[in-house]
Parts: sequence; structure tokens; C-alpha cells
Amino acid sequence: MSGGVDSAVAAARMVAAGHDVTGVHLALSKNPESYRSGARGCCSLEDSHDARRAADKLGIPFYVWDFAERFHADVVEDFVAEYAAGRTPNPCLRCNEKIKFAAVLDRGLQLGFDVVATGHYARLTRSSAGQVELRRAADPAKDQSYVLGVLDAHQLAHCAFPLGDTHKTDVRAEAAALGLGVAKKPDSHDICFIPDGDTAGFLTRQLGERVGEVVDTAGRVVGSHPGHHQFTVGQRRGLHLGVPADDGRPRFVLSIEPVQNRVTVGAREHLAVGVIDAIRPILAGAAVPGRWRGHVQVRAHGVPMPATVEFSADALHVELDHPCEGIAPGQAAVVYADDRVVGSATISGTR
Amino acid sequence: MAAEATRHYFDHAAHSPLRPAARQAWLQAADLVGNPAALHASARRSRAALEDARESIAADLGAHPTEVVLTSGGSEADTLAVWGGVRGRASSGRDLVVISAVEHPAVGELARQWPGTLIAGVDPTGSVMLDELARLVGPSTAVVSVQTVNNEVGVVQPVAEAAEIAHAAGAWFHTDAVQALVSPGLDFSASAADLVSVSAHKLGGPVGVGALLVRREVAPAVTGLGGRQERDLRSGTQSAALAAAFAAALHESVASREAERVRMARLRAELLAGLAAAGQGEGVRVNGGEVVNPAIVHLTAPGVRADDVLLLLDRVGIDASVGSACRAGVHQPSEVVLAMTGSTQDALSSLRFSMGWSTTDDDVAALVRELPRALARARGV
Repeated sequence: MSGGVDSAVAAARMVAAGHDVTGVHLALSKNPESYRSGARGCCSLEDSHDARRAADKLGIPFYVWDFAERFHADVVEDFVAEYAAGRTPNPCLRCNEKIKFAAVLDRGLQLGFDVVATGHYARLTRSSAGQVELRRAADPAKDQSYVLGVLDAHQLAHCAFPLGDTHKTDVRAEAAALGLGVAKKPDSHDICFIPDGDTAGFLTRQLGERVGEVVDTAGRVVGSHPGHHQFTVGQRRGLHLGVPADDGRPRFVLSIEPVQNRVTVGAREHLAVGVIDAIRPILAGAAVPGRWRGHVQVRAHGVPMPATVEFSADALHVELDHPCEGIAPGQAAVVYADDRVVGSATISGTR
Repeated sequence: MAAEATRHYFDHAAHSPLRPAARQAWLQAADLVGNPAALHASARRSRAALEDARESIAADLGAHPTEVVLTSGGSEADTLAVWGGVRGRASSGRDLVVISAVEHPAVGELARQWPGTLIAGVDPTGSVMLDELARLVGPSTAVVSVQTVNNEVGVVQPVAEAAEIAHAAGAWFHTDAVQALVSPGLDFSASAADLVSVSAHKLGGPVGVGALLVRREVAPAVTGLGGRQERDLRSGTQSAALAAAFAAALHESVASREAERVRMARLRAELLAGLAAAGQGEGVRVNGGEVVNPAIVHLTAPGVRADDVLLLLDRVGIDASVGSACRAGVHQPSEVVLAMTGSTQDALSSLRFSMGWSTTDDDVAALVRELPRALARARGV
């Protein structure tokens, strides 16, 4: 229970369905700030209090589990290391993969619980063979199947997503009807360990400044930068280039070379990607053998793109029907057959 | 909730259930109208009830009524004694305080507020090392503070010896006796302490009232601003009702003290024997050494996350604790266990089962039944 409206209503629905429910809030920081200004994250004392009050209303036990060290090692340090390696990670996926549906799930199973239920918007169904299937939520605007796409079949078998069939507005109304104080609490959007939203500033504090070259596609130096980790592929703003492009058109980050600390920029059409190669494949449910037609999504709120897809034991190969811009190594590619998540993998290269 | 009737409560060291006699005294005095500090007839009735309570408390603690300074509880009493104590003596060249490493935070936090706070270490049982204490105490020492019974592990501290060390250097001796009023018990006039903190709600009285016993010649500085209603030292409107409830709870505790010590020792032995018989005693250490308050059973179970054991016990109706402080809903590694063993793992693997006036044989039987299961499950076997 993050302290937000979604997990509170998810807990309420599990209680209403007759389950023996215990509320758990995750302490993910050793030094939780007592208040956050602006958009709110998931680690503050106030959020913990809100979660506790929701559990009180529901009449369920409530505990705060301290996963600060695990979170720091598995999510925060990984996030920094991925940027240092020139990739663009998604820490929320990582948290789902390593903390919420791994460390928390394992501890829960050991203590005799059966499932981890969360307020994520996604649906779980069973195939005719009895296998758990992860599917998109009924509310397309809130669908979070992408950030759950890193879960494997074992993890999904111990999950419950009670909000998958519901629209967000109905969840808020339900919270209000239940008398939950979080009914009107704003959604959180930022990365919880970067509450001010300044990812570049956070990375600079972690990695320091290291001035490097910005070059164009011909290899000419067109500017300098304070550290390649400040950039992601497809980025246009904040380049501060001294030399204008020959044709005067805007330039975008095309690639990042961490060892040389070099950022290559160029025209928008160079961003177009038709082929995605990805590693560390994870299957969410039944595999689809061979080459098949499906959809791939590369961002939490990205559009599903039609593609020809092929999983192998240690890789995922995707050929997009239509070229797409701004796909960066480190992002997760989640592959769908209709609305079912077949699996995911971490993007390692694009063409 | 119906389930509450079947719960087994093992957290008396944190808070003891309200005794019926205390509730009755509290409610009776709650309708009194006057402010005890006023002069009219209604006020005199409140004042009379307050002074009746003070005299009763004094008699049960072996103190003179003028030595009883009523406070909001043990923490305020501790604060007055150590912070007020050193500030009261600093101008006469005594600006150091010497405390043990296992004091309650209401004493231990002084180290953050007063740079001249010196800390004497403890041995592996949690008992303060007297030779170290003696080395730290000197002519600049204003106050020495060593609790009578440690609130986490139950060890009974050598307070008579510690007081002797303090007095030899001309320092005041304070002891937090919040956990000590039944076992070993307190007789202020016979004790060597100059300042003693006590609290009502660890005995079955209400939360929100306690006392600092202060010898007549001892004068700590004020630590809270206001009308100084209590012995020109403690400010705030006095509550006759809370004082009456405190007195009633204390009186029952003291009257049954001898029998309760025997009963607590028996329940402790049964709990430990039951644990050993279930085969879960293996590797589990019982802390506090030989001289303990038997009502506090503190265990270290290496390899077990204490929070998990508590969750499992909670699910089967047993309320227990780790005994150490909670921050943002998360148990912090026990500073007491850290001081005893230096092991963070031990500090996160320790559990406290504390008993009191309402604890029954049935409660202990339930704990003997459930604790081995919880330990086994938390160990992952």
C-alpha cells in the first residue's frame, strides 16, 4: 500500500472478496522526508501514514517493511549504473521485478501469504491450459501492463491486480464511498527517489560532471556536454550546441558512447528505428513460437507498435512495421499478442 | 471486535492494560470542577484529591509527599532529572552528565542536546560497567543516570553501587525506575538515589501521568515554561483525575508486589522451558543475565528477522514487541543490543515478551504454543 488511492481500493476489493488481507507499506528510503512538495512519490512518511489510515478503515493489519537497502542496491544503484553505461533504464520496472514481486513476494510467501495484490492497472486471466496470462487493463489511459511486463510466470501466479477491470474515475468514486481519505489524492508520476523530478541533477550528483564532446554524424565536434549521462537517445532539449546544423534544422541525440563520453547528434530522420534487438528475455506466460505478428511497446505510456517478433532463449528480435523514433538501449520492450503480454526484454541495440 | 477477546498481550513494558481500580478512581475524579491551583471551594476539592493522590503515591514509593513531582510521564521525569539537573548545576562548575549506554531515549537523547554527556558502556548482559562509570565520574559531574531496570532486556542495574560512585564525586544520582516498581521494587527513603523517574501506565494506570521523585535538597532547573505548579519546578495545570488513577494503580501494584514477583518468575520459567521443549530454544539466547526483572523476557534468535516473528504472532493473537524504538513504522536496530553485543544482526533478531498484572497462565500457554511455530516459519523451515 503506497499511500495512494489505487492500492487502497485494491486492498478494499481483496477484503470484500473474502481474502485474509494484510497491508504492507514499503519503506524504500533510510531517510524518508516527512513531506514532499509538488508531485508526490511513494516513499515519504506522509504516504506511509495515508496507507496506515486506509488499512485502519478497512480493518486490516498494517506493517511497514523496510526494503531500503535492497531498493538502493537493486534499483537506485542499477539506475545510476545503467545511465553511466549510456543506457536509459526504467526504475519502476526494475522495482517491480526485484522488489515488489520478488523480495516482498518471497517474504510474503515465507510468512504464509499466497499473493501480492497491488493497485496496478492490468488484468490476469487463465488460459484454457490453466496458465496465468497478463493482459492490458480495461482503462487504456491507465494501463500498466507495460511496467508489469518484466514479471515471469511464477511471479504472476502469485499476483492479484483487483483494479484491472476498472476505470480510474470509478476507483476514486469507490474510495470516496468507502470513506478512504486518499480518494482525492493526486497520482504520483515522478521517480520516487528523485522527488524533484530533476533526473539530470540527480545523476550529476551521483556520477559527477565529466565534460565530453558532442559530435554530428560526420564526426565533427559541434559542442560539449557536462557528462553523457545527462542525455537519452531522442532528446532534443538541453543540448546547447554552439555550431548550427548546416541545414539549420533541429538536432537530436542519436547515440551515446559512454567510454568515449561522446554524444552524437543529428537530424530527426536518423532517429528512426526499424529493428530492435533485446536481451534478458522474460516470458510472462505461454510462449508464441517462431516469428509472429504482434505489438511491441517501449515506454510506460507509449503506443503499441505493430511488428514481427521472435523470441529465442536469450534474445528478442523485433522488426517494426513502421519506423519509430527515440528508442534507447536500456528500455524494456514489452511484446503483446492482442492484449496479452507475451514477454519482455531489455533493448540492447537498434537499427 | 470479537477477536480482541482472545488476544494474548505480551507488551506490558510498553503499556499495561488499565486496572479497574485505576479506571474507577480516574472516572470518579474526572468530574471535579476546579483547577487545583485556584483558591475557591471547587478548586479546593480538586486540590484535595490531587494531594490525596500525591500522599498515596509517596507512601507506596517510600517518599515524602513533597518529594513527589507529578509529570506527564516517565519521559518528562527523565528530562527534568538529567537535563534540568545539569542545567541546575552548570553554573557551579558541574556541567557533565554520565549515563549508561542502555538508557531509555528520554535520558540517552541528552547526548544530542548536551555536549557534556559521557556514556559508560555495558557488558554483554546489558549491565553497566562500574569501573568505566567510575572513570567517567569526577568533580565536574552534575548528574549520574543509570536506570534501575532496562526497558528492553530487563537487566537490573547495580544502582546502589552506581549511586555510591556518583555521591563520592558530589554528583546527583538519578535512576529511571519506570520498569522497576514491582521487581525489584522501590523504596525511595532507603535508596541512595536523589532523583527517580516513575510512570503510571506501565503499572495499569493511565497514559499521561508519572512522577519525578526529588530529594528536598536537590534542585534541578526548569525545563518547561509556565506556572511552575509542581514544586516550583514543573509547569502545567495539574490533573487530579490522572493523579488519582496513578495512585490507585500504584497502590494495587505495590500491595501485590511480593506475590507478583513469584508469579512472574514462574511464568518466565514456564515460557523458557516450553520454548526449549519445542526444540526452538536451540541457538536462542535469553538476554539480561542472572539478575533480571522476570516480567521482561528478551530473546535473541540469530538468523530470524524479529519483524517476521512479530507479524506471525500478531496473526495468531499475540501482541509482542522488539522493545526498541520505531521510526516511520520501522523497528530500528536495538541500540541496547548493539551496546551489548555490537551486532546489527542480533539487534534485528531480538524479541521482547513483557508480562504484568493481567498476564495469565493461559496467555503463557498460548505463547509457548505459538512462538516455536513462528520461529520455525521465520527461519524458513
